[in-house]
Amino acid sequence: MRVAENLNAALHGLLDDDPTAYLLGEDILDPYGGAFKVTKGLSTRFPGRVIGTPISEGALTGVAAGLALTGNTAVAEIMFGDFVALAFDQLCNFASKSVSMYGRRLPLRMVVRCPTGGGRGYGPTHSQSLQKHFVGMPGLSLYEMSPFHDNRAVFAAMLERGEPCVFFEDKVLYTRQMDLVDPLFRVRGDGDLAVVELHDADDYPDCVIIAPGGMAHRALAAMRSLLVEQEISCRLLVPSRLYPLDVEKLLPFVGDVVLVAEESTAGGTWGSEVAHLLHGRLWDRLRGPVRLVHSRAEVIPTAAHLESQVLVGESTIHHAVREALRG
Amino acid sequence: MTETLDGLRLSRLGDDDLGLLLLIRHFELKLLELYGRGDLNGTTHTCLGQEYVPVALRPLLGESDHVFSNHRGHGHYLSRFRDPHGLLAEIMGREGAVCGGVGGSQHIHRDRYLSTGVQGESLPVAAGVALHLKRSEPGAIACVHIGDGTWGEGAVYEALNLAALWRLPLLVVVENNGVAQSTPTASQMAGTVAGRAAAFGIRHHLVVSTDVNEIRISLEGLVAEVREGRPLVAEFVTHRLGPHSKGDDVRPAGAVQAARDNDWYGRYAHDHPEQFHRLDGTVKAEVQGIVDEVAARPPSRREESCA
Repeated sequence: MRVAENLNAALHGLLDDDPTAYLLGEDILDPYGGAFKVTKGLSTRFPGRVIGTPISEGALTGVAAGLALTGNTAVAEIMFGDFVALAFDQLCNFASKSVSMYGRRLPLRMVVRCPTGGGRGYGPTHSQSLQKHFVGMPGLSLYEMSPFHDNRAVFAAMLERGEPCVFFEDKVLYTRQMDLVDPLFRVRGDGDLAVVELHDADDYPDCVIIAPGGMAHRALAAMRSLLVEQEISCRLLVPSRLYPLDVEKLLPFVGDVVLVAEESTAGGTWGSEVAHLLHGRLWDRLRGPVRLVHSRAEVIPTAAHLESQVLVGESTIHHAVREALRG
Repeated sequence: MTETLDGLRLSRLGDDDLGLLLLIRHFELKLLELYGRGDLNGTTHTCLGQEYVPVALRPLLGESDHVFSNHRGHGHYLSRFRDPHGLLAEIMGREGAVCGGVGGSQHIHRDRYLSTGVQGESLPVAAGVALHLKRSEPGAIACVHIGDGTWGEGAVYEALNLAALWRLPLLVVVENNGVAQSTPTASQMAGTVAGRAAAFGIRHHLVVSTDVNEIRISLEGLVAEVREGRPLVAEFVTHRLGPHSKGDDVRPAGAVQAARDNDWYGRYAHDHPEQFHRLDGTVKAEVQGIVDEVAARPPSRREESCA
């Protein structure tokens, strides 16, 4: 099953099971079914609860918050995650604050979906990974879609939190298969955390890579080439929840060389937050500081050859691991 | 309770309405006094001069309606709940604070009442609430209070578009006091509120009166139509008597004088002296008693689960 199909099925299931669940967004109605077809079939099955909106990211996010405020479950789609910047006030100053600024817990069940990332030639304003801009906001949780986490379970976990969540969906994953890995590797699910490693993995791989969903297949490709060409063994950790990050869950799987890979551009990244948490817990055990792999601090070009120079790819991770082990 | 409405003379109110007007007036005056003495943390925005807006609306809104207030929201809160103790405790950070002292003057949530401190932000949220009400509790409405300055925010227009498009039971109450913090409306708004409402095909009703009875009569039928999914912008031409927040009034003397001349307080005292003086002193003393009692309380504590 493709990741987009899994996500689509998760949304069907959510609207099926929860009569208070709404889905809002631009161009999400059938027959179009969303720019990435993730909402296909939903408006036909759930007319009235799947609502097409004008091009108004702030308002549709606010409407989702209003629905959540009155006890409903609300899922809002931002057509391209880049445009969530237009909903920043609703997320930062309204929804996330409302959970706690009224002196007692005010549960809000809402998820804002953000198709994210580059690699498809959409250019500077349609290719960004804005996760880092939402890190550290009290009352706001960040999740990222992955091929190793069933979206139904992830949605259940997000809504269970009773606070607004932003769900980042790397667009390159939509057409990929769920749970598919190179035969060299196996996937172990540990709730929020997926662990991918060699079948006969040692307790202590040469390097541990922490990467969210959209980066996973690039990390796995690098792990393959590192093994085949350099006999370097790696373990990949894919957390579903980026923030707040459950660092305790990571610790048993982390060795003395750690690298965090993400597609966000350099500077103030999610990875630096992860590194900070790990340094606090593991400083004595690490051979060196946690390495950060991210895209270059540049706008994301449209032309394929220029875009690939900016974004993190398999080779970026491959070289970063070798450098970490040499250093 | 209604006397002849002759346009100049304010009609006689029931003691209940006048008492509420005076409660808000003396509550706000007392806040400025407390700030002046350094007894309060942060800032506050009083609704001095605008008290009659929520008081006029009060019987037009029911318990199932949602009210969204803004930074200048004490009158809205007191009209809805008559809870000066809880509000003052919230502003002073004392035990019994309606939101534990976390929200303060601008961020209050209680029983279908919510205020936030960002201009225009609540309109899309109110649209979402109105959407819920339309489907789950037909007949109930979402009422949002905004000011003239808030019309500079894009969120207002996104929400108005949805309200008209989806026929939401949304009542937008505009308290146009002619000045956005320190910027006169003429310097910050092109066109008019009416013109902007018209652009969305939303009805606009202008209220120039400060007569509570008269306002109610003019709005009664319109609000009933909002309940049926016909959004409304009700614009009150009002006057902010006090500063924007504390001591930051830079308006020309003429503008402040105009606000004073239009103030319901003096006019009502003139038109109905016996009733006014019978209640004014009592309410004033009552507010002083509330201040003394609340100020003596221990500091508020926030719930653990919120931290």
